[in-house]
Amino acid sequence: MENYRRLTIDSIRSGLETKRFSATELTQEALRVAAADNDALGVFLSFTPERALAAAESVDRAIASGDEVGPLGGVPIAVKDVIMTAGNKTTCASRALEDFVAPYDATAVKAVEAAGAAIVGKTNCDEFAMGSSNENSAFHPVRNPVAPERVPGGSSGGSAAAVAAGHTPVSLGSDTGGSIRQPASFCGTVGIMPTYGRVSRYGLVAFASSLDHIGPFSRTVKDAATLLKVIAGGDPFDSTAAPLEVPDYTASLSADVTGLKIGIPKEYFGEGLDASVGQKVDAGISRLTKLGCEAVEISLPHTQYAIASYYLICTAEASSNLARYDGVRYSRRAKDADSLREMYCRSRAEGFGAEVKRRIILGTYVLSAGYYDAYYKKAQEVRALVAGDFDAAFQEVDAIVTPVSPFPAFKLGEKTSDPLQMYLSDIYTITGSLAGIAGMSVPCGASPDGLPIGMQILANHFNEQTMLNLGHAFELAGGFEG
Amino acid sequence: MSITQRQVLKIARLANLELSDDDVARYTRDLEEILKYVALLNTVDTTGVEPMAQVLHAGNQTPLREDSPGPSFQQETALRCAPLAGAGHFKVPRVIER
Repeated sequence: MENYRRLTIDSIRSGLETKRFSATELTQEALRVAAADNDALGVFLSFTPERALAAAESVDRAIASGDEVGPLGGVPIAVKDVIMTAGNKTTCASRALEDFVAPYDATAVKAVEAAGAAIVGKTNCDEFAMGSSNENSAFHPVRNPVAPERVPGGSSGGSAAAVAAGHTPVSLGSDTGGSIRQPASFCGTVGIMPTYGRVSRYGLVAFASSLDHIGPFSRTVKDAATLLKVIAGGDPFDSTAAPLEVPDYTASLSADVTGLKIGIPKEYFGEGLDASVGQKVDAGISRLTKLGCEAVEISLPHTQYAIASYYLICTAEASSNLARYDGVRYSRRAKDADSLREMYCRSRAEGFGAEVKRRIILGTYVLSAGYYDAYYKKAQEVRALVAGDFDAAFQEVDAIVTPVSPFPAFKLGEKTSDPLQMYLSDIYTITGSLAGIAGMSVPCGASPDGLPIGMQILANHFNEQTMLNLGHAFELAGGFEG
Repeated sequence: MSITQRQVLKIARLANLELSDDDVARYTRDLEEILKYVALLNTVDTTGVEPMAQVLHAGNQTPLREDSPGPSFQQETALRCAPLAGAGHFKVPRVIER
């Protein structure tokens, strides 16, 4: 099928209307190109052809009988393997859940299917979404479609790569400390972490519950807006999903951005930022000012403490959330254990990879008697200060623009030996995660080596519309080039 | 802050995680390095700051549902996920040790 790999939601809609292709043909093509690339790129952990074709056929039937199709009618979509799909494997890229078949659908999965999307497969990621390079997958790494000797970023590396490689026009990932935004920037796609509470996490396998989000990847800001609208909203199955009305993001996407104030936090442009990234983000800011935005320097003074706070909180929550993988109810069980306790300890040792164990140990330590106040409580207090920085900034500005990652995609194996160095690379994304605000990575050019660079746009709680409008205006003004 | 291998073993026991000798050595080193880094937080004055246990904003009212009965998760569905089940139960190795 010609141009399949560059299709967007809009071009699919018009192609279906003009009978240029059917939804079934699209899904077959998605399955074909994704499977053809999988040995080389490792993007998918499993494919769900029956599910996808059933969804596509139902869209084709609706079109044939002249019925209205949903906003994602016939759109192939890939879903990160930490999000539950009933009747299909949901492994979290972990040996612990290697054979786990999800017993129910995540709310976001139900929503995209109700809107007409065809889920073609489950994407690779860092084990339990813990990592920044996708190298922590228990099965195989993902390679960056733009530069296959390099990582796609993580933890939603597969979902970013699926869109970048053209397997599906959109995908779902999850973001706890940057796991959508950073791989989006490494692969040159759009990626959104919605406001905490905007999208239900029911059916998202929990890593750090006060920080986990589900969000979209796409090739255009408009497609991200369409997909976000579909998955956003309250949910009786997730009390943290805010029961607020969801705006029609695409309807107001072209609103004038003239006069919007964008904050440029000085702490994000200092030591450690790769020159090629700094240059492209600066150019991006100039482009926004040419569009009529006003750039003002701001300060987010607690930025330097964010990583320490984040890695204490997320590991504490992870150690608690991952206690459920005990080999009793659904996860891998070690063979021939003589006692219950031995079964627990050995099942978990066999099931979890090195990074997951590291985080369980750190998290258990910071929650243990005698250390709770010094580490966990202190980290939560500092989190309040980081969030307070943003509250103050959003009194002055409509959005904040920063880099996404200090550097473009690195080579496989380049950073695996030093876990702390890997954690430190999450600096620009973690602050927004702690504050629970919305963030998006938009492509803003490439490094001299041709590696994609992303620009982060942050907006206040539930102000995704401003973020999307800025991203859309930026994209139309040529933000993708150069 | 210096971390001993004994402490790591104790933590692993609390977390029901069996570790190899290599793991213990590696995580002792990692934990020490990470804790040295996070000591940075001690330089921040947090007097009077409420710990932020969850994201608080206008939309976050954590609403409660009506408490009305309805169909729930089927026992059969849940047991199908288990590594070992029988007679409507999850089966596990001996619990009471002598």
